Amino acid sequence: MPSFYHETQTVFGTHKNPVLQWIFTIDHKRIALLYMGVMFTLFFFAVSAAVTMRAELFFPGQQFLQPHTYNELFTFHGVTMIFLFIVPGIAAALGNFMLPLMIGARDLSFPRLNLLSWWLYILGVVTALSSLMTGNGFADTGWTFYAPYSIRTDAHVLSTLSAAFILGLSSILTGLNFVVTIHRLRAPGMDFFKMPLFVWGLYATAWIQVLATPVVGITLLLVILERTLGVGIFDPTKGGDPILYEHLFWIYSHPAVYLMILPGFGIISEVLPVFTRRTIFGYRSIAISSASIAGIGYLVWGHHMFTSGMSDLARIIFSLLTFLVAIPTGVKIFDWIATLYKGSIILATPMLWILGSIINFTVGGLTGLTLGAIGADIHLHDTYFVVAHFHYTILGGVVFMFIGGLHYWYPKITGKLYDEFRGRIAFGLMFVGFNLLWFPMFIAGFLGNPRRYFDYLPTFTPFHQVAGVGAVLVASGLLLVLYNFYRGLKEGKEAGANPWNGTTLEWHIPSPPPLENFSKIPYVDFDPYEYENGEPIVQFDENFRRVR
Amino acid sequence: MEHEMAYDMQGKSYPVTDFKDDYSGEKFGFWVFLLTEAMMFGVLFLLFSVYFYRHSEIFAISSGELNIWLGGINTVILLLSTYTMGLASLMMRQNKIRTSAILVGVTALMAVVFLGIKGVEWSIDIHHGIYPGSGILDVMDKGKILFFGLYFVMTGLHGLHVIVGIALMCWVLLLIRFGGIRPEHTIVMKNVTLYWDFVHLIWIVLFPLFYMIGV
Repeated sequence: MPSFYHETQTVFGTHKNPVLQWIFTIDHKRIALLYMGVMFTLFFFAVSAAVTMRAELFFPGQQFLQPHTYNELFTFHGVTMIFLFIVPGIAAALGNFMLPLMIGARDLSFPRLNLLSWWLYILGVVTALSSLMTGNGFADTGWTFYAPYSIRTDAHVLSTLSAAFILGLSSILTGLNFVVTIHRLRAPGMDFFKMPLFVWGLYATAWIQVLATPVVGITLLLVILERTLGVGIFDPTKGGDPILYEHLFWIYSHPAVYLMILPGFGIISEVLPVFTRRTIFGYRSIAISSASIAGIGYLVWGHHMFTSGMSDLARIIFSLLTFLVAIPTGVKIFDWIATLYKGSIILATPMLWILGSIINFTVGGLTGLTLGAIGADIHLHDTYFVVAHFHYTILGGVVFMFIGGLHYWYPKITGKLYDEFRGRIAFGLMFVGFNLLWFPMFIAGFLGNPRRYFDYLPTFTPFHQVAGVGAVLVASGLLLVLYNFYRGLKEGKEAGANPWNGTTLEWHIPSPPPLENFSKIPYVDFDPYEYENGEPIVQFDENFRRVR
Repeated sequence: MEHEMAYDMQGKSYPVTDFKDDYSGEKFGFWVFLLTEAMMFGVLFLLFSVYFYRHSEIFAISSGELNIWLGGINTVILLLSTYTMGLASLMMRQNKIRTSAILVGVTALMAVVFLGIKGVEWSIDIHHGIYPGSGILDVMDKGKILFFGLYFVMTGLHGLHVIVGIALMCWVLLLIRFGGIRPEHTIVMKNVTLYWDFVHLIWIVLFPLFYMIGV
């Protein structure tokens, strides 16, 4: 059967030229791969920036970077990783590919809008990167663009801001597409509580994209107008209030971290049942906790601003709400651990990444509670402790989940198997390297090492040197993952439709899937993760009629 | 074309939603889009309320400097135009295609008049040196800078939406001409009507906030 690599539909009909077939495709699977290609290219640029900073920090004092260049580097790292990589992230790449497959649909509700999202994303990427070459250098504001500095600095903030605005639009349209798809295109019989949990993650994410992104969009637009016309809304010399900027920025940017991680939580919930050969523990509680994380997460932004002169009452409320988010998150973690209990655990590569991510994320999450406590936060604010917490949740958490998901669905996407041994080595390098890289930063931060400086006091040298070694391991682990995927494409064994014995709908169609996925739409009257004696219970015949 | 069905184990059939022709999906999608628009304007209203709270008196004085007659006429025009747009949608459903097209044209025309009046208002202000970043405005009271900053941003953004609306109506006219909108296939027209309702709704809130607090 010809797969989606062989035939496609484009927005202008048919093309002979394969490049045009790709860049104008309206097939959700191809668009997902387009996203993946660009995102991971940028990811490796941003990793290089991080490794460069780590090299500079290997010894105290100035080595080879000017302080200003260092500021530009961490802004580049932050902007690229956040806006270009992890915000579109799992949803735009794996979500785009898997959502229709998992709910038994032939595409998203609006395939052409999906292509438009990708083009807007590309426009955003080009706009962001253009400021590397034009103007007075890349923005040096950090990825947060705090006013009034972002209004005053000579650096080329304008194009970075415009890029973030355009990327926001792209993100909104993807979210809108997903919301409508999940509401309208589920296979007959599949009610909300029969959806795979990855779809629940995407659903919660999509609502955050739709509700929160416009807030940051208009806020960044106001900073753009501030710089170009001098409107004055965030400019204190004209009566504007920069604190309001911070509020509006974090109203988006805090929910944004949940937008990054909720699809990742979904991946965990997909991988665990398959590699423990049993149904997930507490399906409903995991599904509902995704929604409640998205809901409560919308109301906690103030904890980024405990030191901004907010009233005590406001701080206590935000602190309380922050603690509340930990409850649904904890529910999830307990559910996952309970799934492992008495399961037949298979330590395949995707499972290793997932287990690693649970460990890292637990550390990241608990230190988040430390930071959510007002007193501790005053001490830890703007130190490496915050940066370590963030990287434990996003790098050790989301990126691990992402890579785990890539391994898990690699056979479905490519039709090939990667090398299991290399996969495990890569995970080992990355897991050890990651903890070496970031754990010392908790201690350094606790002892008072501030973030975003190109230099530090000599007493902090050992921490930064251990971190430096960890950074090398992380980088080599990532390269090994990449190499493994590449070799898998070249010489991997044929995967077949269902190499992992998965239960969800995507494993019932050929790998790689054909154009429009399902020849016939199945009727789904069963729960997503049902095993009996280690075998999936539900089976279909070639017409997608259930036979068992 | 026959409707596609999915079958369960007993052979009972259930209709499958066709993603290429899903009226409810397209309408729902547009409502979600309007929600994002509401969030965006919501931020501006939030900023307005914060600064209005801090500079109530100056805001009222500045509001008095706007021409309430021009703003009022514009409000009436916009109200009438949503009526004609809604009527156009209704006529289309009743198979009165020509009347419907004329009404869309009238709506677009009123939108152009709205922009014209808006342009006159802005040019009077700019002529007096009242615009963001002008030397005259920047030495005035801070409340005044903020009021006019917000005024230009919010009416500007609204004006942008009116321009988009005119473009959309021209597109609707083209679609009617070439059969893309037919009495049995009106989703684009429905959504444009919905959009125009939203644009006028924003103005209904903008108008009292900027023009009437100084009366």
